[in-house]
Amino acid sequence: MVPLNHYLILSAILFTIGAVGVFTRRNVLIIYMCIELMLNAVNLTFIAFSKFLNNMDGHIFTFMIMTVAAAEAAVGLAIILAIFRNRETVNVDDINLMKG
Amino acid sequence: MFYIIGGVAVLSALIMVTHKKPVSAAMSLIVTMVCLAGLYVILDAHLIAALQIIVYAGAIMVLFLFVIMLLNIQEKEGRLAKHRIFFQFTWILAAGYVFINMVKLIGGDSLPARVEEGINGFGTTKAVGEILFTDYLLPFEIASILLLAAIVGAVILAKAKID
Repeated sequence: MVPLNHYLILSAILFTIGAVGVFTRRNVLIIYMCIELMLNAVNLTFIAFSKFLNNMDGHIFTFMIMTVAAAEAAVGLAIILAIFRNRETVNVDDINLMKG
Repeated sequence: MFYIIGGVAVLSALIMVTHKKPVSAAMSLIVTMVCLAGLYVILDAHLIAALQIIVYAGAIMVLFLFVIMLLNIQEKEGRLAKHRIFFQFTWILAAGYVFINMVKLIGGDSLPARVEEGINGFGTTKAVGEILFTDYLLPFEIASILLLAAIVGAVILAKAKID
């Protein structure tokens, strides 16, 4: 059996890759995918702890995270569609309405 | 087995972050998600593994691919393109610092000891469903309201014209 540490380190690696992607990429779709990757890394932590503590509450948490991720993806992609229709871009440097 | 699946997951995640085309990035993200589903099977979370493939690799990524193909993106340089290398370097350093701290935390002695006594049918649909519909009934119902709100919001936002 692989120790708990290794699962947590794999999860940390995936989370860091996702974070680097969010900060360095400028395509809003890829930023969205990186956010999904970060959510998945957290899910892995929940499932690993759930197994090693023999407590199934972690599965419920993962279930809820999946629900929220699905809702977030639907609404977020709708927002991206609306922005693209108005501004013809998916580059986050050009999406600066909040700054005026 | 864990190391093979974990290695493939990290590799395809790296491809996702570095690849230029959004479609290839989406494809490698699907590979990462399938690998994570394999890890869930190793960890005896069978229901969550099935959900991971159906919901993430199936529904969410298909939604992504639809939007990518709908948008017909031409790569344009953004306003801040000329400072790009500097920004990337700074953020990679910052993320690396956070990562080192995470590994330090994981390597410490603070992790709980493993609990050995088993639950009957750990991770099966029956066991997860029993918890979900007894202890966690209220969060479950709230999640359904959240999904309803998301459906309405997505339809209104994606409508061609808001009257």
